[in-house]
Amino acid sequence: MSGPGATAVPAQARLCSAAGCRACGSEAIRSHLETSLAERGLAGRLRLRRVGCLGPCGAGPLLALDPGGARQGSVIFGGVTRADADSLVEALAAVRLDSWEPQAAQRFDQLHPFFRLQRRIVLENCGRIDPESIDEAIAAGAYVQLKRAVASSSPEAVIERIRRSGLRGRGGAGYPTGLKWQSVAGRPGPEKVVVCNADEGDPGAFMDRTVLEGDPHRVLEGMAIAAYAVGARLGFIYIRAEYELAIAHLRRAIEQASGRDLLGDVAIELRVGAGAYVCGEETALLHSIEGGRGTPRPRPPYPAEHGLWGRPTLINNVETFANVVPILREGADWFAAIGTPTSAGTKVFSLTGHVRLAGVLEVPMGTPLATVVEQMGGGAPGGVPIKAVQTGGPSGGCVPAKHLDTPVDYESLKELGTIMGSGGMVVLDATTDMVDLAAFFMGFCREESCGKCVPCRAGTVQLHDLLRKHLERRATAADLEQLESLCHMVADTSLCGLGQSAPRPVLSALRHFRGDFLALLQPKASAVP
Amino acid sequence: MTVITLTIDGRSVATASGATLLEAARAGGSAIPTLCHLEGLSPVAACRLCLVEIDGDSRLQPACVTAAAEGMVVRTTSPRLAELRRTVIELLFTEGNHVCAICVANGHCELQDLAVAVGMDHSRLPYRFPSRSVDLSHPLFGLDHNRCILCTRCVRVCAEVEGAHVWDVGWRGEHCRIISGLDQPWGAVDACTDCGKCVQVCPTGALFHKGDGTEEKEGHPEQLQVLVRARQQGGAP
Ligand SMILES: Cc1cc2nc3c(=O)[nH]c(=O)nc-3n(C[C@H](O)[C@H](O)[C@H](O)COP(=O)(O)O)c2cc1C
Ligand code: SF4
Ligand code: SF4
Ligand code: FES
Repeated sequence: MSGPGATAVPAQARLCSAAGCRACGSEAIRSHLETSLAERGLAGRLRLRRVGCLGPCGAGPLLALDPGGARQGSVIFGGVTRADADSLVEALAAVRLDSWEPQAAQRFDQLHPFFRLQRRIVLENCGRIDPESIDEAIAAGAYVQLKRAVASSSPEAVIERIRRSGLRGRGGAGYPTGLKWQSVAGRPGPEKVVVCNADEGDPGAFMDRTVLEGDPHRVLEGMAIAAYAVGARLGFIYIRAEYELAIAHLRRAIEQASGRDLLGDVAIELRVGAGAYVCGEETALLHSIEGGRGTPRPRPPYPAEHGLWGRPTLINNVETFANVVPILREGADWFAAIGTPTSAGTKVFSLTGHVRLAGVLEVPMGTPLATVVEQMGGGAPGGVPIKAVQTGGPSGGCVPAKHLDTPVDYESLKELGTIMGSGGMVVLDATTDMVDLAAFFMGFCREESCGKCVPCRAGTVQLHDLLRKHLERRATAADLEQLESLCHMVADTSLCGLGQSAPRPVLSALRHFRGDFLALLQPKASAVP
Repeated sequence: MTVITLTIDGRSVATASGATLLEAARAGGSAIPTLCHLEGLSPVAACRLCLVEIDGDSRLQPACVTAAAEGMVVRTTSPRLAELRRTVIELLFTEGNHVCAICVANGHCELQDLAVAVGMDHSRLPYRFPSRSVDLSHPLFGLDHNRCILCTRCVRVCAEVEGAHVWDVGWRGEHCRIISGLDQPWGAVDACTDCGKCVQVCPTGALFHKGDGTEEKEGHPEQLQVLVRARQQGGAP
């Protein structure tokens, strides 16, 4: 029973207000619900709250219903309609909220594998707090670890804890975070800078956006702790202009936190980029912040030595920074015990493609791909068999279905010729043509090449044309050979990670699905020049 | 000045610490092909011709920006490097329109010389025949985009040595183009001092003097080096 006055804590409905659910009309449903509750005088009996991503974005708009009182057991409803909102109000009026079953919506309880198999550390507050309210963030513990670190730990001690936790960069390469902090801290000079890489340009990746939209204070606090540890007083968040909601939430969070003097002496500013994929590459990103063209430069010198305006610069990914607070709160050993010995902690993935439940989820490192894709995501719609899972976007490759028992960790994925990447995971069912997919990614790299170095600028064009020649069934065995050798050439000679990795989707498809290419070749005799 | 010793192509080479592999290799008698590099200008490591193999490093490294280090073992030639360099040159030839027979730089072109050096007598990749323009708006000089290989020497010499910063790269990827001013006709850019340094350093026939006929343009990068050295030593240019 959730009758008036029966319990101190009223029932509450948490409505996802992140970009995915907004795109399917969540805001209209929320305001309709709000108006209806007010009109019926029921506002006091159902607390309506606006929260960040609830998870299965593909089933949006999403609404989580918490029963209130001392009772546990939230239920999440997906695909909520205006009529469902009306029936919710009726159920509330009739004091039978517990048995409310919406007509249109899909029902998930917490035992659904999508939720049950998650381990939410980075996303622990996401979907629970109102991302625009600093009070809710503070109630959930925000800024306690920063205050504690500054008051009672030396910068060295903070770095040591991050190092011992085994945290590795979540931006793709998996570089040990503690080591990176140490090398920036060890540089001379008072004018250091901390940069958060929120460029997130891989097609199919939206983990960082989810974190920023749903819990912006978490990232700010992580950055401020990093700044304290390395000795920086200036921080930048580089974010793509397409992420309007994340930008709005960050702006507000920065205002609120600095208004209450919670960031200490660290000033954090936003830099909005025009959304070029290459601007996620750290040296291109720094050039872009400096106001120059977003083009990479050779490393060394690394940003730790020579970064923004020549100053020692720490650059980490959004999710990397979001891991800092729980590590300090729960301890390095706690974190190191999660995941695998070489890949500690959890990883947030955005699961998309041919999968029943698409969305954002967080699992311990080492979770088998099959668990994520088949159990949590429910496999491909219509029971079509899965052909492969793509990770790492245009810099990554695919894991064929027969290897779905592979644990997600940096080393295992690398062994199969792909990369962990930043967390995009695209499920491909049996209808997928791998040559087509390879051509899509090469077309993307061709488009996104900055044009500075010859192999990437001109090589991706030739590779894309060669792949199209295959798709048009005009290619011969000689073309396939040329495709392969040019892939290696571009990978071996390009200046930055974009060009060096651009051939990986092709090489991966060739490794696991060579038959898809061979099936397209011209027989020798009738070859078209 | 400390001296370091390393092995380049099997020969022991002594060089000043701080020298690049390119400087050390050239001093030691190894010829490494280069195109974007020009002594006197900042390095960009963009053409990738100077990549070399270093023992213990799984990646090839550009000699023009890699610092020589004590005990390094470096190879500047190998069948693999030869194949990669040839492909770089092929990519350059196929992405522009290089018709040597009617070019002002024929016989004095660094791209042409390199094609000969790497043994590229034809391209194994298809020519793309892009549609590119020619800017003849400047009273003294011309820019033929068909022959531009985007080495950015002109951009750098104008910004770093002349201090006029007339040139930049516009657009991205295959659409990159050298632009003057805010993508204005060259002749309309007031900042240009008509010094001609960009024409001097351009490795191909892309930048030329208006009076040049076929085979008549010769680059003079050495003039730039005299100027830069004079400035570095404090002498008046
Ligand atoms: C083409 C390219 C795109 C990249 N895009 C991103 C990105 O969107 N976000 C990101 O965090 N790192 C990206 N990276 C990796 C960054 O260069 C850098 O390694 C990372 O931000 C370091 O942070 P981490 O140590 O926390 O992972 C990209 C790298 C390349 C080569
Ligand atoms: S590899 Fe591509 S993106 Fe990177 S510097 Fe070269 S042209 Fe630019
Ligand atoms: S115009 Fe000449 S110097 Fe300038 S980028 Fe093109 S080829 Fe290089
Ligand atoms: S000369 Fe070194 S990359 Fe061009």
